[in-house]
Amino acid sequence: MFSEFFQFTFSGITLGAIYALVALGFTLIYNASHVINFAQGEFLMIGGMGTVVLVGTGLPLPAAMVGALVLATVAGILLHRLAIAPARDADVVTLIIITIGASIFLRGLAQFFWGKEYHALPRFSATESLSIGGATLLTQSLWILGIAVVLVVALAMFFSRSKLGKAILATSMNKDAARLAGIKTQVILGVAFGISALLGAAAGLIVTPITFTAYDVGIMLGLKGFVAAAIGGLGSSTGAVVGGLLLGLSEAYTAGYISSDYKDAVPFVIILAILFFLPNGLFGSRAAERV
Amino acid sequence: MKEARAMKKNILISPYGGLLLLALILALMPLAVSNDFHYDLLTKICLTATVAVGLNLLVGYAGQVSLGHAAFYGAGAYASAILTSQYNLSPMVALLSAAAGVGVMAWLVGRPILHLKGHYLSMATLGLGVIAAIVLNNEEQLTGGPDGVGLPPLSLFGHELSVFGEYQFAGLTFTGVELWYLLAAAVLVIAVLLALNIIDSPLGRALRALHGSEIAAQVAGVDTAKYKLRVFVISAVYASVAGSLYGHYSGFITPTVASFEHSIELITIVVLGGMASTFGVIIGAAILVLIPQFLTDFQELEMVVFGAILMAVMIFLPRGLLPSVLQRLQRGAQ
Repeated sequence: MFSEFFQFTFSGITLGAIYALVALGFTLIYNASHVINFAQGEFLMIGGMGTVVLVGTGLPLPAAMVGALVLATVAGILLHRLAIAPARDADVVTLIIITIGASIFLRGLAQFFWGKEYHALPRFSATESLSIGGATLLTQSLWILGIAVVLVVALAMFFSRSKLGKAILATSMNKDAARLAGIKTQVILGVAFGISALLGAAAGLIVTPITFTAYDVGIMLGLKGFVAAAIGGLGSSTGAVVGGLLLGLSEAYTAGYISSDYKDAVPFVIILAILFFLPNGLFGSRAAERV
Repeated sequence: MKEARAMKKNILISPYGGLLLLALILALMPLAVSNDFHYDLLTKICLTATVAVGLNLLVGYAGQVSLGHAAFYGAGAYASAILTSQYNLSPMVALLSAAAGVGVMAWLVGRPILHLKGHYLSMATLGLGVIAAIVLNNEEQLTGGPDGVGLPPLSLFGHELSVFGEYQFAGLTFTGVELWYLLAAAVLVIAVLLALNIIDSPLGRALRALHGSEIAAQVAGVDTAKYKLRVFVISAVYASVAGSLYGHYSGFITPTVASFEHSIELITIVVLGGMASTFGVIIGAAILVLIPQFLTDFQELEMVVFGAILMAVMIFLPRGLLPSVLQRLQRGAQ
């Protein structure tokens, strides 16, 4: 009874950590540029598939991981440079379609160069699982949680301590004022896209040993990350982490106790319920519309 | 102002002139095409364009983004399938009941979600769409699950209209495929006529006002919630009717008709063709149906090319194809 509950909780938190990282990526880009980046899921795919492909060329696993992370970061910066920056005055829907175009483009490239097959990566530790109170805990889950915590803390430090982080915050608060203060806002936005891509790729990479990866895994992961970000109220980093964990846990409990057929529907039911009652998400601030 | 006057003079842009032109092009199409495959593409373009014309009322005119519109299309198609094959209703009765049911459904879900703004509205419509697709995939007893479900041919006034049939009218012989095209073209023309009337009605003016600024419209006394809900229901009914017709036309549907990807395709058509341009979105529908045909030679690269085209058009012609092109032509003429 309890062991079952622990089991579902473990897998829920593991999933939740992944969603939280994706949601943080969404939040970062949303804050910096007010764009909802529908290509966010593709960075997860690049993280996972990139590592698989580089390992396939004979690189050792750690080097392959670094290579995939660099590849995703470059893709993120290029996405901003080539697709978002030239259209910065466009309508919100137009920007949505541009990021959707980018996601189809990236998925297409992955399918063309890396194929359509499903791949897995070896687990990071030799010991596969531990037994705690009758529940099995995958060591990979510990890796995922550990890396997620490190990334979240590092991100928080980056924004509160470093000049670059503060410049991103300033740009997200008021672009014109930031520019007047001498911040090159276009460069800063590019950096925000790069970091967001890096976060996504890291999430995609650490989850691959337990969930497999393929050219199209980014669609669902990206959408769920978007849901997690919206639960927390778009733009709130704390909200993104809480939203991610909430999503992971409810998905795991639903799959365990109710029906695994409907587990993919859970995030969307939750977000609809929340939006019906709290139109700005759990942690969102009420914004006034300027007339 | 000057621009507006110049636009009025141009018969192509005057809405009802455009409608005549559309009807003329659709009527002359059979002269340009020769085989069933071409008719098939044309029929699909007309049905897709019908959904897009309805969605454009919501997205282009009222400025409310829906990323889940395929749910209504799928609901119409599946309702027709279930009502005809499990409840033995005639296809037309099923189509009308489906449209009414989808309208009520849109009214019920529209009330709470249309209060949402911007990205939260996108999120909510996206969520509804994904949930609808998952339900269609999982309720196998009703929907046949991922394998899909079959539909009988459409019947009009007691005559069955099958794509495989041959029909005699006034001494002329028509194939089922040709008649289906004529039906889809007629549906599109009616859809455009209705849309033009809506745009030119108090509802249409209210929608444009709330697109500009919802608060300003409210202050001016426009009941924005009522009008948003009304156009949401109208666009859902457009999708439902087109979905039912597509179901009968293809004879078989799977949950992909209601998928997130299909919703994205629909919103892409509207934005690509030109938001708030009824004729632009028809061109958008034609392009989206035809692109895969032109890319069959580079099948491996289809997604790459499609993604690149999408990005390039939106970056260089952010207002959509038709409005941007018309604007350039006008500038050239001056």
